[in-house]
Amino acid sequence: MDLIWQGIREALRLVLTGDPEVWEITLLTLQVSGAALLVALLLGLPAAALLAFGRFPGQRLLASTVNAGMGLPPVVVGLLVTILLWRSGPLGFLEILYTPSAMILAQTIIALPIVTGLAMAALQALNPRLRLQLLALGASPVQSVALLLYEARGALLATVMAAGGRLLAEVGAVLMVGGNIRHLTRVLTTATVLETSMGKFETAIALGIILLALSFALNAGLTAVQQRGRRP
Amino acid sequence: MSPPLALLRDVQVRYGERTALAVEHLAVERGEILALLGPNGAGKSTLLRVLTLLEAPTAGEVIFEGTSITAAERASWRRRLCCCFQEPLLLDTTALANAALPLRLRGVPRYQAEARALRWLERLGVASVAARRAATLSGGEAQRVSLARALALDPALLGLDEPFAALDPESRESLQEDFLALQRERGMAVVLVTHDRAEALRLGDRVAVLLEGRVAQVGPPAEVFTRPVSKAVARLVGADTILEGTVLGAAEGLLILEVAGQRVEAVGTLRAGERALVVLRPEDVTLLPAAEMGRVSSARNNLPGRVVRLAPAGPLIRVHLDCGTPVTALVTRPSAAALGLAEGTAVIATFKASAAHCLPRLAPRP
Repeated sequence: MDLIWQGIREALRLVLTGDPEVWEITLLTLQVSGAALLVALLLGLPAAALLAFGRFPGQRLLASTVNAGMGLPPVVVGLLVTILLWRSGPLGFLEILYTPSAMILAQTIIALPIVTGLAMAALQALNPRLRLQLLALGASPVQSVALLLYEARGALLATVMAAGGRLLAEVGAVLMVGGNIRHLTRVLTTATVLETSMGKFETAIALGIILLALSFALNAGLTAVQQRGRRP
Repeated sequence: MSPPLALLRDVQVRYGERTALAVEHLAVERGEILALLGPNGAGKSTLLRVLTLLEAPTAGEVIFEGTSITAAERASWRRRLCCCFQEPLLLDTTALANAALPLRLRGVPRYQAEARALRWLERLGVASVAARRAATLSGGEAQRVSLARALALDPALLGLDEPFAALDPESRESLQEDFLALQRERGMAVVLVTHDRAEALRLGDRVAVLLEGRVAQVGPPAEVFTRPVSKAVARLVGADTILEGTVLGAAEGLLILEVAGQRVEAVGTLRAGERALVVLRPEDVTLLPAAEMGRVSSARNNLPGRVVRLAPAGPLIRVHLDCGTPVTALVTRPSAAALGLAEGTAVIATFKASAAHCLPRLAPRP
């Protein structure tokens, strides 16, 4: 138990004293996961609308591929992105392996099927006649997709929470493509792994607590938005 | 003469092998309510979607104001039309924001759109719920908001797909009345899909009967309801009694027929010797005690018969008779009691010649 209390005390000290390295790691975590989530939403929401409402050959296959992709193991993504970005790989010329860009790329690949799959389900759960009604009210296809996404906002916030939580907690892929380089690609999860492996449990617990707090804050904030206006 | 507001010409809608709709000609005039009456699956909703440009027909033309609508013009024309469905289909926001939505979609600034929408909520008697979320409205309120949303647009043509069907009778009648008053005031063309003949009779300036994807008859309600062109239309519009007979001749503009051994006079244009169907609405049939047979007026048709079955029909009683051929009459409860109606009671079914309409009876297939 002592170990845990020491960890909590150390965490509070690190947070309250504004330890520059902890702040740097926290900020990078938010930047990498936030950017990946944003890109995944920008690509995933239109894709979800297309899969939910469009009619084209191979749609079912694509939809089931997306659903299967929701459980994509991060280490497989890490391996794939590493090979892609390897100096002799197809995207090697970008020279972004072991940089935050590579981590964003890997996390986007992890988040994209989650965002697309859950948003697709959210859109399909809406009354199917609503789309016809919006068309009848004069909405253009883009306007009606925007309105339907807004109509499904509760479920879409859950999608953001699910994807955001997964990315914050993700360690395998960022470790493989980022390399956990101090001051460059070290994020909360990889730092926790490192501190733990070196037996520095206090720091590891402190980092873990910050991670938990971030994840909790994300979900609390979105839940508050989601439940706003709901009557008891 | 100016062309009709909307016209369907040789329109077909096919889903795979199945032809859901085949309409050679159907016009919607400015300012009229055209009721589309038909059983479930007759293609009413499909017709409405085609007419309001929500669905492109497989073949044929949709013509607005004399211009055939091409694929390129569909979107801009669609924005001049509007449709309401059986469900109010409001978005999860306030009643006011819902009513203002179509105007907002057309780029009207929020303040202006909401002011206009609010006026329509007032006209439909739901201004008091303007700030409430759609999910908290009653069915009647929600349907009024849905209509206000459509009317605020002032569409050239408003399509209504059974918008009153899911309401309780009281809200239905009051909404129908309010809607009719607004429609008359605006002079807006309306196409009303319904399977309720009372609604078609009440609201329609013209009624188009749709059967198996085809327009079986179009005309003023009085004409369609009293002079159905076929047995199927007659059944649909509620002329329950269909007598089979043979035309004996004509006299004073009326046809004289032989029906189940009795002489019957009816309206029609058939020739002597032709086989005919005589269509009768149950409310046009009056019942008299059998004892009065010697004293009945010869100005009416009189068929003696017996009561087979009594079935309550709201405030009335539907009386199924055997007069050598089945006849149905609708009588009030007091008159049923006065006649002492019960199974087996002998009565006379009497009806005016002008209430009986003759159709040619197609020869049975060999």
